[in-house]
Amino acid sequence: MSVRDMYREVILAHAQDPLHSGKLPDATDCVHRENTSCGDAIDLCAIVKDGVLVDLRYESAGCAISTASASMMTDALIGMTKADAAAMLASFRAFLIEHSELDPKLEELDALEGVRQFPARIKCALLAWQALEEILKKT
Amino acid sequence: MRDVRRDFPILSRTVHGKPLVYLDNAATSQKPTAVIDALDRYYRETNANVHRGLHTLSEAATAAYEDARRKVARFVHAARPEEIVFVRNTTEGLNLVAHGWARKFLKAGDVVLLTEMEHHSNIVPWHILRDQIGITLRFLRVNDDGTLDLSDLDAALEGVKLVSFMHASNVLGTINPVRQIADAAHAVGAKVLVDGAQGVLQMPVDVGALGCDWYAFSGHKLCAPTGIGALWGRYELLEAMDPFLGGGDMIESVRLEGSTWAEPPARFEAGTPAISEAIGLGAAVDYLCSIGMAEIQAEDATLTAYALEKLPQVPGLRLLGSAPQRGPVFAFTLAGIHPHDLSALLDEDGIAIRAGHHCAQPLGRRFGVPASARASLAFYNVPEEIDALVTALMGAREMFANVRS
Ligand SMILES: Cc1ncc(COP(=O)(O)O)c(C=O)c1O
Repeated sequence: MSVRDMYREVILAHAQDPLHSGKLPDATDCVHRENTSCGDAIDLCAIVKDGVLVDLRYESAGCAISTASASMMTDALIGMTKADAAAMLASFRAFLIEHSELDPKLEELDALEGVRQFPARIKCALLAWQALEEILKKT
Repeated sequence: MRDVRRDFPILSRTVHGKPLVYLDNAATSQKPTAVIDALDRYYRETNANVHRGLHTLSEAATAAYEDARRKVARFVHAARPEEIVFVRNTTEGLNLVAHGWARKFLKAGDVVLLTEMEHHSNIVPWHILRDQIGITLRFLRVNDDGTLDLSDLDAALEGVKLVSFMHASNVLGTINPVRQIADAAHAVGAKVLVDGAQGVLQMPVDVGALGCDWYAFSGHKLCAPTGIGALWGRYELLEAMDPFLGGGDMIESVRLEGSTWAEPPARFEAGTPAISEAIGLGAAVDYLCSIGMAEIQAEDATLTAYALEKLPQVPGLRLLGSAPQRGPVFAFTLAGIHPHDLSALLDEDGIAIRAGHHCAQPLGRRFGVPASARASLAFYNVPEEIDALVTALMGAREMFANVRS
């Protein structure tokens, strides 16, 4: 597989017009994560109410892979309980690292399959998810 | 300049089925056969520890190691070979001055003047020292064109004991006016340390003419192996400095109660040094002298002019820095494509560029770009490689633009 194949249309579309990006004024939790080696950064904010991720927003500076991953992640997880989101995090991580099947609720993120071939880029795809992990640990 | 490409075996390899176009020379340079052979020969014929044995091999290894020091001294026009301290790289050279000189002679409130364009290796050692002994750091600002703002140099130099700055920028390409800054610094009694990492391969370096007190550089950016570099320092200053590491080779005599230190440069070369690498550095310097640094500088100017003509033809490309005095280092952004994606795509075409913050995050902030792409050339690059870069940039742009419709 070539690098070009990694950049599926869906990924480029999300990267250019990311969903749920921006500030979240009523956020209950915010975390900042950076990939020190490349300088990619994300600020992920959440409104958590009664154990549910009522809303998620982020501001990020990063490559197409990390931006698309944040866009698709928030789109899939908004409205989920924290417990379900934790299960999704585990599923996505296993999908990238152990090449296991992705939970059907994360269907769209399947587009990131090509990233597995490029170990240096896995951390790009995981950046938003690592921020999510911190949020889940909080409250 | 004669055809030098065949001196570098790696330049004839392919990447993803395409001829390698190596444009990451600011990160590290490629190595000519002369250097590779010198390492090979050393391990086949001469390998032994230096300064320690009376047998034939040790004497030969010591002679070769000290010969390399003489070559490097001549290369930067040092007054004497003992002014060359072998270190691992630029980073270690800069840290050596911070530990060996600044920690000893500076006190709380003394000002160290740096610049906003510095590599992390010329910022972090000073942060560490500030936290330990309370020195004050001040930074010269960078103008929009990538030159240093020297409009109020005299005011910036008030209370300054040390000025430390880069000869040439690894991001903007800017070549700084070392002599001018050094003269102004000396006028207020400050010492001058120059980070020569990007300077040494771009032009003839004469430390006396530059007027600095120390000059640090890495061998690996100078066609030599990794793990070897040099700190040149005026001998009286080296003599006044404390050692950084203690151990074998750096002492005059050791008793249980204490030890006395050897003279420079041995004082700063504790333990078994990077012998083969130093010899490799000597071979690299010989190789570069056989071409001529003035020739190399002229070749760089030709390549720079060509790149400055071609790169702006790519729509959406923004170059960082447009200093009139500059080397062949071009950091840029391309609208709509993150530098990491660009670098990954270009790799498919066999083109090696760097993407990221280039270890100069404060400078990135200054220009409002947390990450950029960087193509950096060396004298063995050719204009056709700039053409290949431009074509690939156009292709990447097209691929990313097509999604929008
Ligand atoms: C301007 C500048 N200074 C310092 C360094 C550090 O060099 P090294 O990593 O070899 O110590 C580099 C290269 O990375 C550089 O470009």
